Amino acid sequence: MADIHAVEPTRRDFLYVATGAFAAIGAGAAAWPLTDQMNPDASVLALASIELDIGAVPVGQEITVKWRGKPVFVRHRTEKEIADADAVDITELRDPQTDDARLVKGIDGKLHPEWLILIGVCTHLGCIPLAYKGEYDGYFCPCHGSVYDTSGRIRKGPAPLNLEVPPYKFVSDTKIMIG
Amino acid sequence: MSGHSTYNPSNGFTRWLDSRLPIVRLAHDTAVSYPVPKNLNYWWTFGGILTFILVAQIVTGVVLAMHYVPTTALAFASVESIMRDVNYGWMLRYAHANGASMFFVAVYIHMFRGLYYGSYKAPREVLWILGCLIYLLMMATAFFGYVLPWGQMSFWGATVITNLFGAIPFVGPSIATWLWGGFSIGDPTINRFFSLHYLFPFLIFGVVILHIWALHVTGQNNPAGVEVKNKDQDTVPFTPYATVKDAFGLSVFLIMFAYFVFFTPNALGDVENYTVANPLKTPLHIVPEWYLLPFYAILRAVPSKIGGVVLMFGAIAVLFVLPWLDTSKVRSARFRPLFKQFFWLFLVVCLALGWCGGQMPDNVLFSVGGIDIIVTHLARLLTFYYFFHFLVLFPLLGLIERPKPLPESIAASVLGGKTAAAKA
Repeated sequence: MADIHAVEPTRRDFLYVATGAFAAIGAGAAAWPLTDQMNPDASVLALASIELDIGAVPVGQEITVKWRGKPVFVRHRTEKEIADADAVDITELRDPQTDDARLVKGIDGKLHPEWLILIGVCTHLGCIPLAYKGEYDGYFCPCHGSVYDTSGRIRKGPAPLNLEVPPYKFVSDTKIMIG
Repeated sequence: MSGHSTYNPSNGFTRWLDSRLPIVRLAHDTAVSYPVPKNLNYWWTFGGILTFILVAQIVTGVVLAMHYVPTTALAFASVESIMRDVNYGWMLRYAHANGASMFFVAVYIHMFRGLYYGSYKAPREVLWILGCLIYLLMMATAFFGYVLPWGQMSFWGATVITNLFGAIPFVGPSIATWLWGGFSIGDPTINRFFSLHYLFPFLIFGVVILHIWALHVTGQNNPAGVEVKNKDQDTVPFTPYATVKDAFGLSVFLIMFAYFVFFTPNALGDVENYTVANPLKTPLHIVPEWYLLPFYAILRAVPSKIGGVVLMFGAIAVLFVLPWLDTSKVRSARFRPLFKQFFWLFLVVCLALGWCGGQMPDNVLFSVGGIDIIVTHLARLLTFYYFFHFLVLFPLLGLIERPKPLPESIAASVLGGKTAAAKA
């Protein structure tokens, strides 16, 4: 190293650095509210959960309800649909998950595989898949061709993940609470 | 290039003003005495056409904003009220909606002209990059604007595009929520898109000023692609020569614009957008406006979410580095026999990508030996060529191509071999 004139920092240097640091903190403090204002506010975040009577949905049919501005599919699966979902070798799946892992226990502490509850939003780019369509008679997204099976798991097409299962629980044999 | 100012204040007031705010001098140097190459063809009138459309879009947009209501409950109804009740509202809205399409028609011609004549090459790299920036801002503005009528295509187009950001690893979902102001597209989203749709044209205006500034520092490129050597022989003053030529080009362009507005105002739109947005029902076929179709085709061509997003944005990003990918010193395709052929191929590929973007991805094009060739396959081939053109051919052609001899000067190219002196 060449000869370095190590000059002692002066009081003025300290003032420069302190002023600059303070200005940077101030700019950051001003930028955060300007950015955060775009996030959902407390009234949106505090969205009440919804309670739903699913007893009226016949076997082999599906209803769609709105939760947090998104559709939720409630599907009363047939024996065949459950059997199809169980028969899949999960090592072949893009997003490996057993059918049982996508269900929630009822108040009797047992799984009720006839009820499949999903967020009806394609994990590719957010379109709403069509039920009972596609190769596996599960779901087919018309936008970019993703195909889901009768457990809502991704089987073909560009979507990376299975259809999401919303947080929900059974409050009676035929009532669920989503959220 | 502009040289020193030739402005002479003609009376007491302009002399007084000139020594305080030389704004008349600036206008004179920019639009009157500014020397333009004398061989500019009609492809060079699109800069002026674009400036006109930008101003027209701002004027019609400001007026439409006086009648539009950015809420999910009233947006669609307020647009219908503009169409039916507001005096001349139908005309203003059709002019604004078709104006967006005309803006892209003109900007694509302007960009392909730049590609053909090598206008992006040194010393015009900054000029080109500013242009790419304007293009990016235009696409954002058009996207925000398309959401505002709150039709089905507005809603689902916005859903697809905002979900692209959700593909970013880790922070993606938070960014999507931040953009929406909720868990899906809703009231906060439409309100902020309206705010940004009003802001962005003024950002474009600002970058346009920088674009013109940069243009006037380096001077215009020209069909021969050789620099101005002698201002007297190679150039003519902007006014009256370029002004009148631009005005004529603009008039012809406006006839086409008016044809769309008055005779077929919905030809470029999607009927689906006359259905009010329904968050519980996706239209069977989501397509963006025609000017974004090639990028949409690239997005869908990739069988991976993040991969599709990266390639789609990459298709625009590659334009920014074009000046450094092209290894040829020769600007104009007139003197680059190989480059010229690939230019036309590239144009066809872009149009074909646009066609693919408008089709259902699974549509079968033809079958060979029992194997169906679908739109996605074609889109993949075209996407490959799009990047191959820029990333491989651009550097390669400059090295292997033998360009034709360049004209000595602009004047010589105009006079076809005869010297300027012989003409005189």
